[in-house]
Amino acid sequence: MLGYFIQRCLQAILVMLVMSVIVFVGVYAIGNPMEVLIPPDAPQDVRNFIIARFGLDRPLWEQYLTFLGNVFVGDFGYSFVYNMPVLDLILSRLPSTLELALTAVLGAALIGVPLGVYAGYRPNAVSSHTIMSLSILGFSVPTFWVGLILILTFAVSLGWLPAGGRGETVTLWGVEWSFLTANGWSHLFLPAINLALFKMAMMIRLARAGTQEAMLTDTVKFARAAGLSEATIVLRHVLKLISIPIITVFGLELGSTLAFAVVTETIFSWPGLGKLIIDSITNLDRPVMVAYLILVALLFMTINLVIDLIYAALDPRLSRGGA
Amino acid sequence: MSEPLLQVAGLSTQFHTQAGVVKAVSDVSFSLERGQILGLVGESGSGKSVTGFSLLGLVDPPGRIAEGSIRFDGQELVGMPQPDLRALRGKRIAMVFQDPMMTLNPVLSVGTQMTLAVRAHDKVSKQMARDRAVEALTRVGIPDAGHRLDAYPHQFSGGMRQRVAIAIAMIHSPDIIIADEPTTALDVSIQAQILHEMRELAKDSGTALIWISHDLATVSSLAERLLVMYAGTIVEEGPTARVLRNPRHPYTRGLLDSLPATAPPGQNLQQIPGSMPSLLALPPGCAFAPRCSFASEVCNGDVPYLVTGPSAFRCHHPIGEAK
Amino acid sequence: MATPATPLGRFWITYKESKVGVVALGVVAVILVVAILAPLIAPQDPYDLSRLSLMDARRAPGHIGTGGYTHLLGTDAQGRDLLSAILYGLRISAQMGLVAGIVGLSIGATLGISAAYIGGRTEALLMRTVDLQLSFPPILLALVLVALLGQGKAQLITALVAAQYAYFARTAYGAATAERRKDYIEAAYGTPLSRRRIVFRHLLPNCMPPLIVVATVQIANSIALEATLSFLGLGLPVTEPSLGMLISNGFKYMMSGRYWISVYPGIALIILIVSINLVGDRIRDQLNPRLRR
Repeated sequence: MLGYFIQRCLQAILVMLVMSVIVFVGVYAIGNPMEVLIPPDAPQDVRNFIIARFGLDRPLWEQYLTFLGNVFVGDFGYSFVYNMPVLDLILSRLPSTLELALTAVLGAALIGVPLGVYAGYRPNAVSSHTIMSLSILGFSVPTFWVGLILILTFAVSLGWLPAGGRGETVTLWGVEWSFLTANGWSHLFLPAINLALFKMAMMIRLARAGTQEAMLTDTVKFARAAGLSEATIVLRHVLKLISIPIITVFGLELGSTLAFAVVTETIFSWPGLGKLIIDSITNLDRPVMVAYLILVALLFMTINLVIDLIYAALDPRLSRGGA
Repeated sequence: MSEPLLQVAGLSTQFHTQAGVVKAVSDVSFSLERGQILGLVGESGSGKSVTGFSLLGLVDPPGRIAEGSIRFDGQELVGMPQPDLRALRGKRIAMVFQDPMMTLNPVLSVGTQMTLAVRAHDKVSKQMARDRAVEALTRVGIPDAGHRLDAYPHQFSGGMRQRVAIAIAMIHSPDIIIADEPTTALDVSIQAQILHEMRELAKDSGTALIWISHDLATVSSLAERLLVMYAGTIVEEGPTARVLRNPRHPYTRGLLDSLPATAPPGQNLQQIPGSMPSLLALPPGCAFAPRCSFASEVCNGDVPYLVTGPSAFRCHHPIGEAK
Repeated sequence: MATPATPLGRFWITYKESKVGVVALGVVAVILVVAILAPLIAPQDPYDLSRLSLMDARRAPGHIGTGGYTHLLGTDAQGRDLLSAILYGLRISAQMGLVAGIVGLSIGATLGISAAYIGGRTEALLMRTVDLQLSFPPILLALVLVALLGQGKAQLITALVAAQYAYFARTAYGAATAERRKDYIEAAYGTPLSRRRIVFRHLLPNCMPPLIVVATVQIANSIALEATLSFLGLGLPVTEPSLGMLISNGFKYMMSGRYWISVYPGIALIILIVSINLVGDRIRDQLNPRLRR
């Protein structure tokens, strides 16, 4: 088990290194940031100063090594646009994205799982067909379009909820949070729904498939033969049976929600990581792009590693002789 | 003589599928006295399991009881509302299934599953329910039951798992236990043990047993009376000793001849030629006629169920002799 | 009625049992025809900037423009007839989806089947890479690639293919390994049957049904992804307005109640994606032996 753990960690580190080279070289191959940074009429000495300041005059491999060395001490460099350390910038945007993603995934699970269990329990009921049709819609309709419709309906036509921003925030542990104020919630509500719909469709499908399968097992027949009520069978036996795959997906989805937040944050002007990366791409703010991509890659590598290790711990056959 | 504990008359259970009506059980009648052990024998697909589930009102859709009556202790079970049936299941009529690996919930501890079964009928405290679970496990011969309560099914051996299932079935000291091939998935040595224990338990508590099996040898060592089923109907019924010694129906004869114990060593076992007809398209008259060497023209018409004393059979050309 | 001799004919017999499937297929067919014929049936060439008049900009549906004809769905900020723009947009969306789907299918299937056929270290390396990539959200991958490669049709298709080929590879690999384990392939390895024959006669045909299902879903996903990227301003150049860009352009006018610039292109997009997905769902149900009665 320990050998497997070390092997997998080494693999992950190797992949991260390769990723960092690709990202670094790729990002630095686009455009010329100096055109963005330096006014065209700037005198040559200002120009030279800025170039030297950001280390843009040195060869690419040297820039990479400097970058890599700095990354290990948590220094991702300075943002060209915001003129502040990239790590600070990312950390300052992280809470709002986390807040949005967690609300969305929790909401998706709390609504999606019961709907899916119901649809799996009564697969032929009209209401179940409705639930499943809605989940197909949730899967098919692009997130940005749902966002637009939400804004058009609830913000423009009905005027019930604001169309963007975070609203009032409260500072807790030195970080600003929207979910602690009513006004913050009114701002959080629409983007969270927008981000949640796809996850919800997924949870519905997972829970339905699991429930449908579980209801046919002898476990359920035996529980019925023992006189358990249908409610007890569903709430205690079935829910527990389907919980392991759902929790796995829940964890995985939390990661991918951060990525999907790109679209939602753009539409609802939610000042999170997703908005930051889109702005950085349009502004050619390289250090931010590189740092964001590397951190996201790291996040996904970690999630995958943890899941692999959990599975390996559960299934002794996997921990031996893995490729 | 007073009314028997269970009286089944003209029971027919059918499954309405796209391919047509599957007549899984047709015109089955038998009765069961308190404390009696009844063997129900037939090959797979003969309708013996469906008969068991019909008694509990647990036929899965698209199946349903088409006609007939099941009287249990003065109440009619056919057409009884599900909540009333549920109150009987596990409390007065319990069931044990073939594979304990499939029937016990792999992700709930044995103790939880047992307390759920206790509390399905008796509103007792969790601690009381646990005490009764320990008592039930001890009764079926599980050592150190108090500690094993928190273990999960996969931590038990096959035989121990089936003992747990039996303990769950017996936890309310029911009047009838329907045992659907409960030893088929176990090693031969364990089979004998469980068989012996169940007989003792049934005797001690005065529980009647309906033992369903495809294995004539196992059933005959246990049951006082035998029912032989073929293609959804009972073809022969009688005291075990009489059926074994003097079978009247050619199908029973065929079953007996195919037992290894009846053939002289070194000789090939007898086989019944052909296979059971599809339950979708049963031939008119006797379903066994196409495979029967005694069959004649009359076998294509209705075959009456001839009852003489404790025995009965359904054949125009009975073999052996009436006594 | 006699059973049709062709596999396609037999396929259709079971396919048409689902009304939803038939309607969805009909919608897809109509959209494809309309998309192909767009230059012939659209009232206006939306790319010809010289024909646009700012006098017509942001007009509501039903407005009769300077061109002398009615703008059934209104006009956008440049004075484009929205109906024409949508027809051309559908053309681009369908084109991008199909090309990305077919290229992704070819690359993915080749990789998957090769991995299954070659085995050993190659198999391990290829499939680990694919699995790693599958754990990464496709939208992020496409976003990064578009950011790295710049804008343009070829770049966008590259990004779409890179984001989706892994699904094809996984599917082909799964089907091919399941097939490889069967006895007759083992037997074929032992005979002088040519390797190409094993791959093309045995492995590939058995991978096709699941690949077709994945392809349908992935074409829909490509279209949605392309629209999303265009909406974010990272898709096609402004000279070729796809549906996503039309929606994006209309977004800022939505707040002032000029909903049609975003909404009509959006509806066209949804109808296209949902019908393709419904067709895919139907084919999957049909090929799923567990659902067959």
